[in-house]
Amino acid sequence: MQIYLPIAELPISVMMVLGLSGAVGFVSGLFGVGGGFLLTPLLIFLDIPPAVAVATVAAQVAGSSTTGVLTYWRRRALDFKLGGILVAGGIAGTLLGVLFFNSMRRLGQLELVITLSYVTLFTIIGGLMLYDALRAMLRVRAGKPARLKRRAGTHPWWMGLPLRMRFPDSQLYCSVIPIALLAIVIGFIGAVLGVGGGFILVPALIYFFRIPTAVVVGTSLFQILMTMTGATLLHAMTNQSVDIILAILLLLGGVIGAQFGGRAARNLNVESFRLLLALLILSVGLRFAIELFIPPSEPFSVVISEGSR
Amino acid sequence: MSVLARIAAVLMLLAGGVGAARAETLIAAMSSHQILITSNYTGSQLTVFGVVERDGRTVARGDPYDIVVTARGPQRMLLVREKERLGPIWINRTQRRFPDSSLFLTVASNRPLSEIISPETARRERVGLENAQRSRDAALDLDVTTARFQDGLIRILAEKGLYRARERGVTFLSSTVFSAPIDVPATAPTGSYEIEIVLYAGGVPLARQTTNFEVVKSGMEQSLAAAAHDLPLVYGLVTVLIALLLGWLSSVVFRRD
Repeated sequence: MQIYLPIAELPISVMMVLGLSGAVGFVSGLFGVGGGFLLTPLLIFLDIPPAVAVATVAAQVAGSSTTGVLTYWRRRALDFKLGGILVAGGIAGTLLGVLFFNSMRRLGQLELVITLSYVTLFTIIGGLMLYDALRAMLRVRAGKPARLKRRAGTHPWWMGLPLRMRFPDSQLYCSVIPIALLAIVIGFIGAVLGVGGGFILVPALIYFFRIPTAVVVGTSLFQILMTMTGATLLHAMTNQSVDIILAILLLLGGVIGAQFGGRAARNLNVESFRLLLALLILSVGLRFAIELFIPPSEPFSVVISEGSR
Repeated sequence: MSVLARIAAVLMLLAGGVGAARAETLIAAMSSHQILITSNYTGSQLTVFGVVERDGRTVARGDPYDIVVTARGPQRMLLVREKERLGPIWINRTQRRFPDSSLFLTVASNRPLSEIISPETARRERVGLENAQRSRDAALDLDVTTARFQDGLIRILAEKGLYRARERGVTFLSSTVFSAPIDVPATAPTGSYEIEIVLYAGGVPLARQTTNFEVVKSGMEQSLAAAAHDLPLVYGLVTVLIALLLGWLSSVVFRRD
């Protein structure tokens, strides 16, 4: 069954969108990431205009993260204080990102910037996580604990910067500066790539700030929910590129997929969880790398110039 | 009408009256002048019907009639970019602008264009994909690079079904009656479309006729698109509310604890 999308201005198969968003929702529920980094490129691949894909995925991610936020909130695995700082920094980063996005679009190099960012970000983060996950697995096999226990009183230098704050829910006593910087960077990347940034936030909070994984996922989902709600409104008001029909289809598939993903996550041990997430992120990075390094079969591309309407 | 024009018209009538040979006239009609986009829209097809009208005074032609139908969609500035190698990676380096390019173009004829008219006539008359792609007042000659970019543009839009050259797209039902189906894919933009029908014989244009149709959203599609533009804040808020509601609903429906 095909349905015509009023803003994207093309018909699309309902079953295909539901299947796609269900699969991405499963992954998102499994790993506590928004899933935008998978969904946006997939929609663009289906000929949805990039602006519509980015804006509509923002709405979908807001909806699917709501489910997660409610679940983690009930389990008290959500740090609102940390989340609040992440949201504030994220807004600042988003504004910078939108400015950068527009200037690159004027230069005609937006596509290159997006591809390069996907390649570098995903291969580096995916590679680091893969390395870490494999090392932990080897440790377990050798009969040692998976990770070295954090000793009281030792912490990386950035946590000792001025403006230290207590985050009891995250078992964290840390300077606000690195947290705000992280939030700004994620807001910036999110605005440029049209992704929530959960895939960067989750490993960063785990590795750089040693916050318990359960709290990280809940707090990251909260940050994503707030940013993506704002992004949807911003897109709707500035460029009218949110497609409500596509958003509803993506949501239906996404929220159901996320439920099954969340359930599967409970049956998955922490180490295989990390290994799978690392492989997923790495493969997205490699997929974009291929695009950059392999000679294109069609060297030309056509876009409608926006100034001429 | 000015006095001069009126005199000219009278003179022409008189000239016709004394038995000078008259050219053919072309009469054309469309199966529909409007394509409505509804939620189950997957593209549409229109048909152009036409009659070559002749009467007793029309000169006898040695050559058969040929019909070329050109359908043009809304025009925009198109930007064509070419990926080139820079070190190990491929990036967009050069670009060409094509102002007033049609976003939809179908050129249909009863036999291959090269058999109907000479390349020079085709260029002058703006017939064929590469000649009709840009507006009438665009320069005729393209430098080598721009022509290469234009080839790329036509190839890409043809792959999307937006550009089509149909060498047997016009069918003569009798020696003077013809029909030409025009396929409008679902991705064709909304707006007004112009159809030009030209009658040729022996490589010479004899008569022409234009008509038009429009592609518009209707019903829910139209209301939603209008709401997105006229009430962006409300539209955005409603979208967000639906998103949050569906998220909440699923957590209630699937709650197990």
